[in-house]
Amino acid sequence: MSLYVTIALKHILARKRQSFVSLLGIIIGVAFFLAIASLMQGSQNDFIKRLIDNSPHITVHDDYRSAKEQPVQRSYGKSVIELRSLQPLPETRGIRGYKQVVEDLKARPGVRASATLTGQAILNYAGKDNAIVLNGMIPADMKDLTTIEENMKVGGVDDLIANRNGIIVGAELTRRLMLDVGDNITLTASTGQVRTFKIVGIFQTGSLGYDDQQAFTDIKRVQAMMNKSNRANTIIVKMDDSGKARELASEIEARIGYKTVSWQEASEDIMSTLVIRNIIMYTVVSAVLLVAAFGIYNIIFTIIMEKQKDIAILKSMGFRSMDIKKIFVIQGCVLGVAGVIFGLPVGCILMYALSLITFNPPGASEPIRMPIDWSAPQFFIAGAFAFIAAVLASYLPAKKGASVLPVDILRGGQ
Amino acid sequence: MMEPLLQARNLTRTLEGEIRVTLVKDVSLDIQTGHFTAITGPSGSGKSSLLYLLGLLDKPTTGEVFVDGVNTTRLSENSLAAFRLEKLGFIFQFHFLLPEFTALENVMLPMQRLGKRSPREQKDRAMELLESMGLKEQAHKLPKQMSGGQNQRTAIARALANDPALVMADEPTGNLDTHSAATVQQILRDIAHTPGRAVVAVTHDESFAAVADRRVHIVDGKIEGNPSL
Repeated sequence: MSLYVTIALKHILARKRQSFVSLLGIIIGVAFFLAIASLMQGSQNDFIKRLIDNSPHITVHDDYRSAKEQPVQRSYGKSVIELRSLQPLPETRGIRGYKQVVEDLKARPGVRASATLTGQAILNYAGKDNAIVLNGMIPADMKDLTTIEENMKVGGVDDLIANRNGIIVGAELTRRLMLDVGDNITLTASTGQVRTFKIVGIFQTGSLGYDDQQAFTDIKRVQAMMNKSNRANTIIVKMDDSGKARELASEIEARIGYKTVSWQEASEDIMSTLVIRNIIMYTVVSAVLLVAAFGIYNIIFTIIMEKQKDIAILKSMGFRSMDIKKIFVIQGCVLGVAGVIFGLPVGCILMYALSLITFNPPGASEPIRMPIDWSAPQFFIAGAFAFIAAVLASYLPAKKGASVLPVDILRGGQ
Repeated sequence: MMEPLLQARNLTRTLEGEIRVTLVKDVSLDIQTGHFTAITGPSGSGKSSLLYLLGLLDKPTTGEVFVDGVNTTRLSENSLAAFRLEKLGFIFQFHFLLPEFTALENVMLPMQRLGKRSPREQKDRAMELLESMGLKEQAHKLPKQMSGGQNQRTAIARALANDPALVMADEPTGNLDTHSAATVQQILRDIAHTPGRAVVAVTHDESFAAVADRRVHIVDGKIEGNPSL
């Protein structure tokens, strides 16, 4: 073993209780850092998973991000002419050639796509008009592309396939209007068309607004009601690798021109909130480690104060300032490494204890557990942070120790 | 005549502060191999300060110190440390052994730092040195388990570990009983008379100074009488 390590260890071991207390500080620091960081990361992962799972990864709208280029602009360029208050002709809205787009997307590996036609409809009940968002979908695609099947309270998507006149509505609507599976409801579209549907399923997502206003049925029925035969106004896409949604979205938009929004773009505000949340979290848990680092600073400072004589004699013997610094930084490293070695398992115990806690969030039907992220980066960050804190905490006193002038100490005698 | 092992030229050391204190004033001194030099003087006369300057532990305000013909005045702190490690050995009034290390380990420290000998050789040499000091039985004891005389002899063994040409002793017997002091005195004389070696000792012990080959008397930071380079 290196001479410096030997001296460093002897110093630490000569002060077992003091060393143990500062070691304990690091252990607790690492454990809390790990537990809190993994809880926060876990809840963030859980949140993002819900965000990704509950909505399409990519949504193609029948809109354009900017006004369509006009022939005059094409001919003369932007520098010559200026157009204002452009008023496009009224047209039957919808994505042109949506079937081809969907087919193309489906041909890609790991990509599922389906066209939907969403429109407003009115459900008249006891003289009150209830606005309903009518989602026309291809029933066979619904299981793959939406989470509606997972949230079904009664019935399912299969019932919609079996009954083309069927409709799936939310639990809040059925509760409010005292409806149940098998009942008929009559919807009026904005075109004035009236159509009767049979309730074949009831879903409950836990979000009151959603459970009150959304309804799902066959796209063909909606197309007929809205006078938009063979039209769809949204294409929804799900991917095996949701991380690549942004690239695919910009590719689609570049090709077909319609506004194509990836889940990342749609949730940018939420994602930046998560970043802020992470900054706050890491600041707080770092404070725990900072306090622990002060413990290390303290013990090494104490050792150096007590060891002035030893430093003086080592220097007179021919040890360089750098060698002295090395000895005390090694002590910081030893305490840091030991703190990490014991702190991580203690952190695991804390994480396990946290994962056992169950609670009932509002709107959820069954109690859920604290989401804990057990992935390696959490352990690495906690370990690395504690180690760096320990080394820095030892470096400051070590520098002071290294600057001891032997003559000053030797002159003073004992 | 051989070139002196150590030459000091016009050494002056002052401490700056509210009141400027002159510790050593214009001292020139040569140390020859094979000599046992005693530096004597009343307390506060600057004899220890002179020893620290000669031992490269302190830098003179003006003047130069040559060791083996090398001017050390402008050397970096690291080079001075290297000089001390290989060429100088120190013994102080208090033994200054590292309390957590056994006598053997303390003696091995300078050799470990120098790293010229294998661990096996380091141990053998440390053992040899301790034996020559009559401390064979004490080799594995901690400093607190040994007497003052034994500790001081261990410190001497440590000072000799890297086979230095020059051994510097600052009141080596100041803290010892008469019997131990006599032993240490004899050891230092023997070292001084080994070929290629020299010992410089600061002392106010008259009997110690009496056995030296040469006496340098310091008063108020200056060599009194004929310095006789």
